Amino acid sequence: MKLHNISINNLRRRKAKMAFLTIGLMVGIATIVTLVTITSSMSRDIGKKMDEFGANILIMPQSNDLSMSYGGISLGRVTFDQREIREEDLAKITTIRNHRNILAVSPKVLGGIRLGTRDALLVGVDFEKELKMKQWWSIFGEVPKKEDEILLGSAAADSVHLTPGDTVAVAGRTFTVSGVLAETGSQDDSLVFMPLRGAQRLLGKEGRITLVEVAALCSGCPIGDMVVQIAEKLPDARVTAIQQVVESRLKALDHFRRFAFAVAGVVVFIGSLIVFVTMMGSVNERTTEIGVFRAIGFRKSHIIRIILLEAALVSLLAGLLGYAAGMGGAGIALPFMAETKDAALVWDGTVMAGSILLSLVVGMLASLYPALHASRMDPTEALRAL
Amino acid sequence: MALITIENLKKHYRSGDDIVAALRGVSLTIEQGEFVTIMGQSGSGKSTLLSVLGGMNHPTEGEVEMAGVKLYRLPGERLADFRAEKLGFVFQSFHLIPYLTARENVMLPLAITKMKKAEKVKAADQALERVGLAGKAARLPNQLSGGEQERVAIARAIVNNPPILLADEPTGNLDSATSEEVMNLFRRLNEEGQTVVMVTHNPENCAYADRTISLRDGVIVEERRGATPARSAA
Repeated sequence: MKLHNISINNLRRRKAKMAFLTIGLMVGIATIVTLVTITSSMSRDIGKKMDEFGANILIMPQSNDLSMSYGGISLGRVTFDQREIREEDLAKITTIRNHRNILAVSPKVLGGIRLGTRDALLVGVDFEKELKMKQWWSIFGEVPKKEDEILLGSAAADSVHLTPGDTVAVAGRTFTVSGVLAETGSQDDSLVFMPLRGAQRLLGKEGRITLVEVAALCSGCPIGDMVVQIAEKLPDARVTAIQQVVESRLKALDHFRRFAFAVAGVVVFIGSLIVFVTMMGSVNERTTEIGVFRAIGFRKSHIIRIILLEAALVSLLAGLLGYAAGMGGAGIALPFMAETKDAALVWDGTVMAGSILLSLVVGMLASLYPALHASRMDPTEALRAL
Repeated sequence: MALITIENLKKHYRSGDDIVAALRGVSLTIEQGEFVTIMGQSGSGKSTLLSVLGGMNHPTEGEVEMAGVKLYRLPGERLADFRAEKLGFVFQSFHLIPYLTARENVMLPLAITKMKKAEKVKAADQALERVGLAGKAARLPNQLSGGEQERVAIARAIVNNPPILLADEPTGNLDSATSEEVMNLFRRLNEEGQTVVMVTHNPENCAYADRTISLRDGVIVEERRGATPARSAA
């Protein structure tokens, strides 16, 4: 027989009251869990989309002499390229503090070539990395695997009337068109792609890189910081962040999150009021009982402990159930709110721990006054005849 | 030496604008091992006297000394500790905790002690045995008869062997046959050395006591001593 036996047995006997108390607190916790989970699932969803948009950091050689453009961003003059990035410098990018946020680093070498009868811009890429970054690419034919294979942008292919399997002469060598890109609506349409090594050799730029695209896994990751970190590692390069449309979406989501927290705050406040009123009623109902405890020598602190322990047990249960119910609610609501169909629920241990902790804090705070009130009850109540 | 000494005890209550004097100068000594009943009509001040004796009601004036301790000079929660160590209470309506079994109810005063669980269970079972309820330890109060509930309440009051047992109308809710059983139990405990102070308005109960004090309007009006106490059946 210890004080906690009293608390536990009382809760067991008053199942209905306890259920009411638990539900009151649970609804508040569940609301918070639902809103938090939905917003974080949605921002992950948007983040995923952002990754699909491609690179968000561009690394170019320091140069004042500009003549070419890639994606609306000017590039260093490729024909006078003393300041190109060395290939061995690439490894430094993955040593930045936020290196975990880096999804892919795709180095490129650029140069003008004559494709059949036309001038074209040749881009040497590491296809494995490039495809990781440009997930929207769809290719008719094959991805080039050998150094004498090329991939053509749709416009480039049209202009020289080439289809997969054809051969073409470039700088005196014969290349096979292994694939043609479906139209992307971007600058990629007019480019000629080939494996990085082959392009470097063809352009006479062995071991050198014209520009590097970096895709950072970003739902709220610190792009600005990463830019600074990469710039520190590569002092000869110019590092720029590409502003994405999705960032404004994240901002909108942030507004929604704030609104959600305000709503959740109100619901939790109501939950705490329910706890307060119910505990107060329960304490008043138990006047005689508490009088008996005091009469047989329980200290005020013992009474407070009994009441708060009851509150803690109920809050713990409410926190657990609230988390479960909240995740359930989020699971139901997410498909209606997310942008993509396969948006996944984010199961987050901190949300679970947080909801239990919050439930405990709210439940205990709301029960503090009832517990104090109980401890101040007059022990002579026990002597009064009913 | 006297176990309980009360000197010129006064207790005034405020009732609206009026001040009601519940006790108007009561002096009394109770010896170790005595069985004392306090008689009186409703409003005579007997319940107030018991609550003051029980360390639950600060007197307006006067001093209460129990087991060598000046009760109302104890600071704050030391008074609660005193109740836990020195006093056993039997309440009028038993006041068992409905969600605890008989054994758990008896163990209640031990819940705040540092005794080991096995010792608590042993003490509770011994107390239940002393009141003749050894076989009903696992029952809840609503599975016990009125007399049995009263005996659980008595077991709870004696489980920590307090020097003083205080009882408030212990037979108030019992029929006469059960009342007799309960009074015999008090008598037997007293014969085993337990000091008992009982408040009652039933004159029949006084037959079990060594001494009866009658209160009226907050003062002692009569004190009968050494009557022939009815002996317990056991």
